[in-house]
Amino acid sequence: MIKMDPIQLRLLQEIADLHDVPEGAYNFRANGQAVGRNTTANIDIKPKTEGSGIDIHIKDGTKNESVHIPVVLSESGLKETVYNDFYIGKDCDVLIVAGCGIDNCGKQDSEHDGIHRFYVGKNSKVRYVEKHYGSGDGSGKRILDPVTEVYMEEGSSMEMEMAQIKGVDSTKRSTIAELKKDAKLVVRERLMTHGEQIAESIYKVSLNGEGSSADVVSRSVARDRSYQKFDACIAGNAPCSGHTECDSIIMDSGKILALPALEANNVEAQLVHEAAIGKIAGEQLTKLMTLGLTEAEAEEQIINGFLK
Amino acid sequence: MLELKNISFRAEGEGGHVEIIKDISLTIPDNRFVVITGPNGGGKSTLAKVIAGIEKNSSGQIILDGEDITDKNITERARLGIGFAFQQPVKFKGLTVLDLLRIAAGKPIKIAEACEYLSEVGLCAKDYISREVNASLSGGELKRIEIATVLARNVKLALFDEPEAGIDLWSFTNLVRIFENMRDPDKNRTVVVISHQERILEIADEIIVLADGKISRQGPKDEILPEIIGTKYAQTACRKIDTEGEK
Repeated sequence: MIKMDPIQLRLLQEIADLHDVPEGAYNFRANGQAVGRNTTANIDIKPKTEGSGIDIHIKDGTKNESVHIPVVLSESGLKETVYNDFYIGKDCDVLIVAGCGIDNCGKQDSEHDGIHRFYVGKNSKVRYVEKHYGSGDGSGKRILDPVTEVYMEEGSSMEMEMAQIKGVDSTKRSTIAELKKDAKLVVRERLMTHGEQIAESIYKVSLNGEGSSADVVSRSVARDRSYQKFDACIAGNAPCSGHTECDSIIMDSGKILALPALEANNVEAQLVHEAAIGKIAGEQLTKLMTLGLTEAEAEEQIINGFLK
Repeated sequence: MLELKNISFRAEGEGGHVEIIKDISLTIPDNRFVVITGPNGGGKSTLAKVIAGIEKNSSGQIILDGEDITDKNITERARLGIGFAFQQPVKFKGLTVLDLLRIAAGKPIKIAEACEYLSEVGLCAKDYISREVNASLSGGELKRIEIATVLARNVKLALFDEPEAGIDLWSFTNLVRIFENMRDPDKNRTVVVISHQERILEIADEIIVLADGKISRQGPKDEILPEIIGTKYAQTACRKIDTEGEK
């Protein structure tokens, strides 16, 4: 039986859409402690013998199963670094839901740094969802610095959905990926910063195998006095195709630095990058106002749609 | 009923103020289908925008159903029942057709209801309902969605700014049909369309010719249309293609 307080349950709902214990394998972590774990015939979760974190082993051929590994922090001043390694066998088709919610009502900073490593087996298909959320009105900061490493075998595919919409004061996300022949990586990042928040998102994707492909797309909104940096580099080391795109709305006194980068080390590498930063178009506000919304309501609808 | 009293609109031009609308007074009774035509630059679009509150008139009064709305903003006028369809429909990244129709309806309408509005503009609802209102849609599709957002609002006064602009001939034929359907006396809706198109002028109750910021002709269709037919104020659909080609 999992025991969590109401704040932790609310965080859990925000980051993983969970109201109850999910089906399948899971590992719940609250305030630095494992509070619930379930394994299945195909998915095993073991705590690391050295250091903090878990090893997740998914057997060859596991299909239509899921792993949930949410983390919630509701204690002010807690700092932790957790190493989670996923070993995904061949020919799998699985969903992995991670995410971290921090509620900090105190004066001390709370920080969770999740280091996730994925070893995706040949011809396996993985969908990975990671949401970050912060709440609480204490002066202590809510900090998340996740590191994600993805190693993809031949013919594998991974779709990563990363979202941070509210309440995280400082985040530095680093993602590296290495792809072998015919492997395919799709990243969809959604980010909104407000207040004095700082968010950095750094990607380095290496397309090492023939026929590999990557599509890294970020949509973000920077409000108030927040700062964002998007730095995505796709390196084409073989005949491959890569696309990176950063599309941002800037508001108030927000600041955004977009650095989409391409590195072609093979004449057959086809690489494209796009970046656009701009405020909400006046005609969009006008259109929604002619439908009866106030200017503030129109703004909210445009942002919600953009980040959906 | 919509009353315009001595409406003028001035804009900043290179050589100082330019008067785009010059002291226009006009009354449009309820349940009418009115088409405003006239030369380009004559002030037609500006007049429609002034009525919707998108542009602010420099002088004069706008009265809707007896209420002075001159100082009301776009949102307030929309809530009083004025709808406006843009000449160039606005695109949105992320907002879907269903999102836009829900915003227009002002309540969380069911998908089935949203589909009815799309059917009314000749779009197969299931193909469009979850599409984003972005550049992946053609000019004709965007235009029909734009019209559907006005239909979903159930307005008293619907303003359409050159609905035929930027669409192909096939879409135009369907567009005329949509406007014919809008002439429904049971809907208790006044429709004002800015158009040069003969096919749209033909379904009007009343035609207003606006030139150089002033009303040069105004009257029932049967009276005005014969006078302007064949001129650039009342073009055939094929002529529309020609002139757009020239541009």
